[in-house]
Amino acid sequence: MNIVVVVRQVPDLIEPLEIVPSGDALDLDAASFILNESDDHALEQALLLKESGGGSVTVVAIDFGDVDNTLYTAAAKGADRIVKIACDGDTPPAARDSAAVYAEAIKPLRAELVLVGVQAHDELDGGLSPFLAAALELPYVGVIRGVKAGDAPGTVAACKEFPGAVMARMNVKLPAVLGILGADQPPRYVPVSRIRGAMKTTQFEESAATLAAGELLLSVSRLYPPAPATRAEMLSGSEEEIAGRIAEILAEKGLVK
Amino acid sequence: MSAQDVLVLAETRGDALADVTFELLAAGRELARTTGGQVLAVLLGPGGAAYAPALAAADRIIAVDDPRLAEYSPEPFASALREVVEAEQPRAALIAATSIGWDVAPLLAARLDAPLATGCQAIRPDGDGLMATASFCGGKMTAECRVAASPAILMMLPGSYRPTGETGKGELEQRSPAAPLEPGAIAFEQWIYPEAGDVDITQQDVLVAVGRGIQQQDNVELAEELAQALGGAVCASRPVVDQGWLPATRQVGKSGMTVKPKLYLALGVSGAPEHQEGMKDAELIIAVNTDPKAPIFDVAHYGAEVDVLDLMPALGEAIAARKG
Repeated sequence: MNIVVVVRQVPDLIEPLEIVPSGDALDLDAASFILNESDDHALEQALLLKESGGGSVTVVAIDFGDVDNTLYTAAAKGADRIVKIACDGDTPPAARDSAAVYAEAIKPLRAELVLVGVQAHDELDGGLSPFLAAALELPYVGVIRGVKAGDAPGTVAACKEFPGAVMARMNVKLPAVLGILGADQPPRYVPVSRIRGAMKTTQFEESAATLAAGELLLSVSRLYPPAPATRAEMLSGSEEEIAGRIAEILAEKGLVK
Repeated sequence: MSAQDVLVLAETRGDALADVTFELLAAGRELARTTGGQVLAVLLGPGGAAYAPALAAADRIIAVDDPRLAEYSPEPFASALREVVEAEQPRAALIAATSIGWDVAPLLAARLDAPLATGCQAIRPDGDGLMATASFCGGKMTAECRVAASPAILMMLPGSYRPTGETGKGELEQRSPAAPLEPGAIAFEQWIYPEAGDVDITQQDVLVAVGRGIQQQDNVELAEELAQALGGAVCASRPVVDQGWLPATRQVGKSGMTVKPKLYLALGVSGAPEHQEGMKDAELIIAVNTDPKAPIFDVAHYGAEVDVLDLMPALGEAIAARKG
């Protein structure tokens, strides 16, 4: 199976987020970037499908943030081809515009299956995956946790997650785009030595796709950290003192007997 | 039909309307009051008329039936909804950020070339457009977004509006699609239910929840010991389940379980809106996280800004001392 995976860089939420002086965008210069978590799962799912049924995995990414490190890691994990799309601006395009450029880059790859993380935490006009499916004129289903080869040739079986740990098994005729929430197993660990090896041997292919801003359907006028309606009463002191206070609260509520 | 109407996609869960449907109706009523339009509730699937009495908050209830809508699959649902939206031309279509919503809202927006805003917590008119207050970056940032065109497709975060007792005209209209719906290339095959045998976290009085801050699988055991000391069970946020450290039956949040225990001890859980959706109604929430800006502190009653790995042994000892 010829599988294409889209991977994106998102601000690392471990670091504080800053806002540009105009107040209407994140200050990306102040952010550090990591691989979007559900894209990591999409890559893992693609590698699992390749390992179980053969084929190839091509990873496509917009050249932004710390993407080279992500792409070398993908190669070290087992991706066969890496395709990069140039990003001239300081800011990557929003989901809808990026869907158009990803589609332009992916069409020549003749993918049977396109896997994309179902959500990126920095999207306000997402998600990318259904917009990409629309741009590629391919069927789409998202919130997928696990994909297996289907019973019939040219199909896969995808598990769509619903509340209460309930899944719907969906039969998907290929080609198709799937929005991945989680892979059949956690993203694999790859040793640094293999990543270094991939840095020496991997050649990135440059896509001819170009970014173009579409019609502005959604504009951000202001960003701010949310003001909580209520805030927890914070307990302070050493770990032992905090633990003692929590135990006291639990005892007061009759939860420690 | 009016360009000031607000359309709400009603969803069912089991044999009843999903709770989030009532929240969307409350949001729709509030918006329609200012636009001067009506609230339309759309039900896709057989037997929709049976839900009409429960949808009294709507002015019009449009029940669309077709054999292809008996079980969920994206193409028939997106096509049927598109037909209604094109016919009604509402100012906004409110769709919950659910498993179905995450499919059909963007597909609808793409096919109608309509604006889509995700993570919406509040909406209000803004001139001839709408202003949406949306949460993103895991709940750590809020955006005021102007949506200029109609219909605006707004994906609403569950828990953003409180259902009200307000009622509308409640007029039921039963429809069939103009042409039979195409099955599409993606078809529902079967439901897969969680295996019986694991702890039912929805029935527990005490839950010790672990999040990304637990760092590695071995540390889940520390949480298990705490839960055991408190007579409860361990549950988790999505990243922990994604790592395979706990089964999906232990997941709390949008795609997991909704719990209302007497105690929810959140250890290393950041508290993204999707997680809060499943636990915010716990009687007592105590959160421990090294990040002082973690959204979990916004819903917790008590919080501590320390490393859970340092706190857990100390808490275990403190509880043991209390028990004598």
